[in-house]
Amino acid sequence: MSRKTALFEQHEAAGAKFVDFAGWDMPIHYGSQLEEHHAVRQDAGMFDVSHMTPVDVRGAGATEWLRHLLANDVAKLKTPGKALYSCMLTEQGTVIDDLITYRMTDEWYRVVVNAGTTEKDVAWMQQQAPEGISVEPRHELCILAVQGPQAVAKAAPLLGDAGAAAAALKPFNAVSEGDWFIGRTGYTGEDGFEIIGLADAVQTLWDGLLAAGVRPCGLGARDTLRLEAGMNLYGQDMDESVTPLASGLAWTVSFDDADRDFIGRAALEAQRAAGGLPRFVGVLLEGRGVLRAHMAVATPQGEGELTSGGFSPTMGRSIGLARIPAGDAETVDVIIRGKPVPARIVNPPFVRLGKIRVPGLND
Amino acid sequence: MSDIPQDLKYAESHEWVREEGGGLVTIGISDHAQEALGDLVYVEVPDVGATVTVGDACAVVESVKAASDVYSPVDGEVVAVNEALADAPELINSEPYGEGWIMQVRLADANALDDLLDAEGYANAIADD
Repeated sequence: MSRKTALFEQHEAAGAKFVDFAGWDMPIHYGSQLEEHHAVRQDAGMFDVSHMTPVDVRGAGATEWLRHLLANDVAKLKTPGKALYSCMLTEQGTVIDDLITYRMTDEWYRVVVNAGTTEKDVAWMQQQAPEGISVEPRHELCILAVQGPQAVAKAAPLLGDAGAAAAALKPFNAVSEGDWFIGRTGYTGEDGFEIIGLADAVQTLWDGLLAAGVRPCGLGARDTLRLEAGMNLYGQDMDESVTPLASGLAWTVSFDDADRDFIGRAALEAQRAAGGLPRFVGVLLEGRGVLRAHMAVATPQGEGELTSGGFSPTMGRSIGLARIPAGDAETVDVIIRGKPVPARIVNPPFVRLGKIRVPGLND
Repeated sequence: MSDIPQDLKYAESHEWVREEGGGLVTIGISDHAQEALGDLVYVEVPDVGATVTVGDACAVVESVKAASDVYSPVDGEVVAVNEALADAPELINSEPYGEGWIMQVRLADANALDDLLDAEGYANAIADD
């Protein structure tokens, strides 16, 4: 029996087609994934991501504990409401999950984790937590992501007393006020909010956003938007078999404080010292076809694999992310249905804030 | 409810066949199939002159979601392909039975269509999906 979010009836009324995602009945699209994608790049769209879980970490030693639990350093969060993207690692340095941590006070952090990993994440965190630190999954809270160049203008007036503070947020900051917890964060490469609240408030917000012309968007558009933005997807681009250093996420691992003993640090340092790390790259298909996850990538240094692939609606081209052997290859062949098709290595993001960022394709 | 024109024949694998006379047929995929696939972004058609046999994967349609083979519902030789699909694969979404056709085949055996489903048979087949 799959689970439904508090917005299930809103999705049905909006004509959603549903898929099972990590045990949840979630909208894949509401008629046209391509139009939903363009709405987010050009105007505003909204995604029900209530299947993801806010987890509250509270206690006097929360900062020190999270500096141990996470590969990125929450000590970077100098001001209340500041957010940090990080991986949570095993002792072997492989990725349990990727998550966003908001520092609200020195004794309250909110961590938002993926749907499919919630159970193991919470179990791991509770197992790791020392006396005095509480780890509480907030299953009763819903999350609505409103994304696009017009997202802030359309959503802020519907957020009551929190609206003005939300509109004033800098990117990667959050505010908790009244019914709402609002982060200026997202997974699309566009401006916008991720809004956390209780079911009835989020239902009312959905209806208001719909009336304001914000387009309902499904998981399909969420995937093509994040791929264009060069953002990793847990379970596809990285998981418990690889480290962040082999997943394009070295920038999220903070080695700066030599005294900070975070879980997985020793393993990552050993991997770094050993050298020969695979490259994690963006791929732009030059020939015809569509890149898909798990296709083989032939390089002069040996074979790699696409971890994500798809069609970029903004570019009208096929793009992907790939893990390939160390080297300096600038062009590769992707094996599509047994045939090599030429592709170019590019640095993600492919698209950000409505603009194509790939050299030669941008204007 | 998807559109299933009465005058066409269908394969259970969701292709449609229209008799054009003179042993020629036009082939595409059904409205039901395009709806299940979602927005199409790429179509790979066979070469003109290629020989196709029943059940052969002869074309590929790729949507935002996934790649899907198109199986030939007949035996014969490809005499024309819809070149417009290269730049406008979405024609299959908007007009699966019209501008979104995929290929024309000269039948090897004019009686081969007898094994295909009529509209009612196809409607029953997809009712179980």
